[in-house]
Amino acid sequence: MAERIALMSEIKVPVLSKSRTVPFLEPGAMAHSKPFPAGPEIQARLGFPDKLVPDWEKVAVNKLGDLVKQSRALRVFLDSCVKCGACTDKCHYFLGTADPKNMPVARQDLLRSVYRRYYTFAGKFFPGLVGARDMTKEVLDDWYSYFHQCSQCRRCSVFCPFGIDTAEISMAARHIMSSVGLGQKYTNEIISKVHNIGNNLGLPEPALADTLASLEEDVKEETGVDVRFPLDIKGAEVLVVTPSADFFAEPHIDGLIGYAKVFHAAGVSWTLSSHASEASNFSMFIGSHSNLQRVAVRIREAAQELGVRRIIVGECGHAWRVAYNYWNTLIGPFDFLDRNYPIPQHICEFTHDLIDRGALRFDKSVNDDKVVTFHDSCNVSRASRMGNHPGGQFTIPRAIIRACCNHFYDMAPETIHEKTFCCGGGGGLLTDDLLELRVKGAAPRMNALRQVVEEHGVNHVAAICAICKSQFAKVLPYYQFPMNMVGSVHGLVSKAIQLGPGIKRV
Amino acid sequence: MSVVTVIYTLLLYLAAAVFLAGITRKIISYAYTPQPLKIPTTPAPTTRIGVIIRVAREVILFESLFKANKWTWSFGWIFHYSMLLLLLRHLFYFTDPVWSWVLAIQPIGDYAAAAMLIGLAGLWCRRLLVDRIRYISSLSDHLMLALLVGIAASGLAMNYFDYPDIIAVKAFSRGLITFKWQPLSAIPLLMLHLALVAILLIVFPLSKLLHAPGIFFSPAINQVDNPREIRWVSGWSAEINNTEGKKHGGTDSAHE
Repeated sequence: MAERIALMSEIKVPVLSKSRTVPFLEPGAMAHSKPFPAGPEIQARLGFPDKLVPDWEKVAVNKLGDLVKQSRALRVFLDSCVKCGACTDKCHYFLGTADPKNMPVARQDLLRSVYRRYYTFAGKFFPGLVGARDMTKEVLDDWYSYFHQCSQCRRCSVFCPFGIDTAEISMAARHIMSSVGLGQKYTNEIISKVHNIGNNLGLPEPALADTLASLEEDVKEETGVDVRFPLDIKGAEVLVVTPSADFFAEPHIDGLIGYAKVFHAAGVSWTLSSHASEASNFSMFIGSHSNLQRVAVRIREAAQELGVRRIIVGECGHAWRVAYNYWNTLIGPFDFLDRNYPIPQHICEFTHDLIDRGALRFDKSVNDDKVVTFHDSCNVSRASRMGNHPGGQFTIPRAIIRACCNHFYDMAPETIHEKTFCCGGGGGLLTDDLLELRVKGAAPRMNALRQVVEEHGVNHVAAICAICKSQFAKVLPYYQFPMNMVGSVHGLVSKAIQLGPGIKRV
Repeated sequence: MSVVTVIYTLLLYLAAAVFLAGITRKIISYAYTPQPLKIPTTPAPTTRIGVIIRVAREVILFESLFKANKWTWSFGWIFHYSMLLLLLRHLFYFTDPVWSWVLAIQPIGDYAAAAMLIGLAGLWCRRLLVDRIRYISSLSDHLMLALLVGIAASGLAMNYFDYPDIIAVKAFSRGLITFKWQPLSAIPLLMLHLALVAILLIVFPLSKLLHAPGIFFSPAINQVDNPREIRWVSGWSAEINNTEGKKHGGTDSAHE
C-alpha cells in the first residue's frame, strides 16, 4: 500500500477541466516511457529472434518492405497522409501527455519516415525535403517508446479523411520490432502462455475446474439456484469463449456469473473449454499473423472436439474484434456449426435477443443503488459490430443495461459510440511498467466521466471489456473515484435477473 | 518553332507521361496488394452499395474531416472544389467545339481562383500557426502549398496583367493533344503557370498527392462489414486451410 501511494504521488495526473482542452506541445514529455523488453525464452516461443539480431537495421527495413507488400492497408496508409492535422487532437495519449509524438500522424511518421527513405523515390533522393530518415538506433528507440504508447483504439481513423488507421501502422512496427528481436515483455509473455497452457493467465485445467466449482457453490448460496458453470462438456449446445480474467478478476467475474445465469434462465446448454480457455488474442497487438492464427485455432479445435453447435464470446473488446472480423478468415469456415445463429455471437447479442423475446425476467429495483453510465470499448465500437445493423454495438449493450437498471445516463456525445475514448490500457499496454502512460491516457475518459458524475450522480461505469475493467479499477483512484465504480454489463444482468420461484437474495 | 515552344512542348509531354505512368503504376500496386483481414472502421455499411455511398460521402463531402475539424474542412473543401471548377473550366483549351457547359462556367474563373487562394491561404495559416500542425509539417508540405498557390495566382494574374491571346493558347494546347504542335506565345506569367503545372504533374505520383487515388483503396473505408456472413480471405490469409488436416495457416518464414 505504501508503495502504491508512493507511485501515485510520482505520476503527475492530468488536471481535469470542464471543457475539453487540447494541450500545447511538450516535446519529449513521454520519451522515457518504455515497457520491459521480452526475454530470450519468450521471444523464442513466439518464433522471434531471442535478442537484437546483428544486422537488425537491414532486417527491419526488409521486414517493412515485406509487410507493405502483404497489406493494402499499409501501402495506402503510408502513401496517403496529407498532414492535414485532423487527427492531431484525437488521441487520448496525446491529450493526456502533450507529447507531440503521441499525435497519431506523428506516431505514423516514425514509421513512414523510414518507409519513405527506403521505398519511395522522394525519400531516396530528397530525404530532407520529405522528412525521410535512416533506420538507426535512435529511430528504433523512438519506435519502442511510442509504438508502445498507442492502444490501437482507432479513434484517429474515425476522423481521418482517408480512414488511415494508426493501429495498423503500430501493429506493423511492433511486428518488425519483434522480428528483429525487440519484443515487449507483457504482450509476448501472455501470447506464450496461451500457446503453452491455453489462456493469458497460465491457469491450468485443474485450477480452472476448481474455480468454476467454487463459483457454482457461491451462486447456489446466494440465490438458492443450481446455476452450472460447465467445463469441457461434450455435446453442449454452446461453447463460451471468454477472457480468462472473467474466471477470477474483479469485477470481471460478476460478468461470468451473469452469463451463467442467462444460460440457466434460457435453458440453453453451454460449456467452457480448458483447451480454449481464452478469448483474448494479444497477437493482434503485435501484428503477428502466425501467432494470431495459432492462438485462434485452439477455439476451432475445442469447438470441434466438444461437438458444440454455436460459439459465444464473453465481454472483451479486442477479443471481439478478432472473433467478429478475423475468426471466419483465420479458423473458418464454420460449416460444422449451426448457421441459424451468428458465428461467432457476442454474449450481449445472445442476452439482448432473449430480452427482446421476453425470455428473461428482471427486478430492476435491485440495481437502484446504481446510477449507471456505459463505456464503449474501442475495439467493439470502431472495429466490430453487434446485431444486424451498423451501430448495434452501441444500442445492444445499452438496451441490456436499461433492461436491468432504472438509472442510466450517457457520457458526452463526443466521447461515446464511435468517438469513444480508450480506457488508456488497451493494445497490450495494461502493464505496471507503463502505469504513468495508463494514468495519463485515461484523462479524456475520466474527464467525460467526471461530467456525468457531477451532473447526474453517476456512480457506476459498466463496461464490456476485460482490459477496460482492469484498467479502470487501477486508474480510477488516481482521479479520486472509487476503484469499484467499474463493473461488467453482465454483472448488472446477474444482479437483476430472476431465476425462478425458489429465488432468494442475500 | 521557338526554343520556348520546343521546351514547353517537351516539358508538358514529359510531365503528362510521368503523371500517367506514375499514377497507373500506383493504382495497379494498390489494386494488386492483398488485404488479408477485414478492417473497416465501424460502424460500416453491410452492403456493397452502402460502401459506395460511404466512399462517395468521403470523396465528395469530406465527411470524416468535417467531424474532425470545421476549419480544416472549410478551407480544404473550398480549395478542392474551386480547383475542380477551374480544372473543368480549362476544358475550354482542350475541346473543339467547346462544350456548352464549359463555355457557361468561363465567367466564374476569377472567383474560383480567388476562392482557391483563400482555401490554400487558410490551410497554410493553420500549418504555420497551429502548433500541432506546424510540428507535423515538413518542407515538402509547405512547398506543395507554394506550388498550388503559384499555379492559382499566376493563372489569376494573367487576367489582369498579362492577358494572353486565348486563341493562340488554345491552339497550343489543342496541338499538344492532337500531336500537331503549335507555337507558344512567350508570356512570362503563362510560362510560369505552365511550368508550375508541369512540376505538379511530375510530383503527383511521388508525393502525398497520392491521397487522391488512395482514398478509393483505403480498406478502413471501402470494406463491407460482413465478416460473419462471408468468409474473407486474401493474400496470406488465402493460404490458410483448416479443413484438410492442416491445422495452421503456415509458418513465420512462409508468410510473415
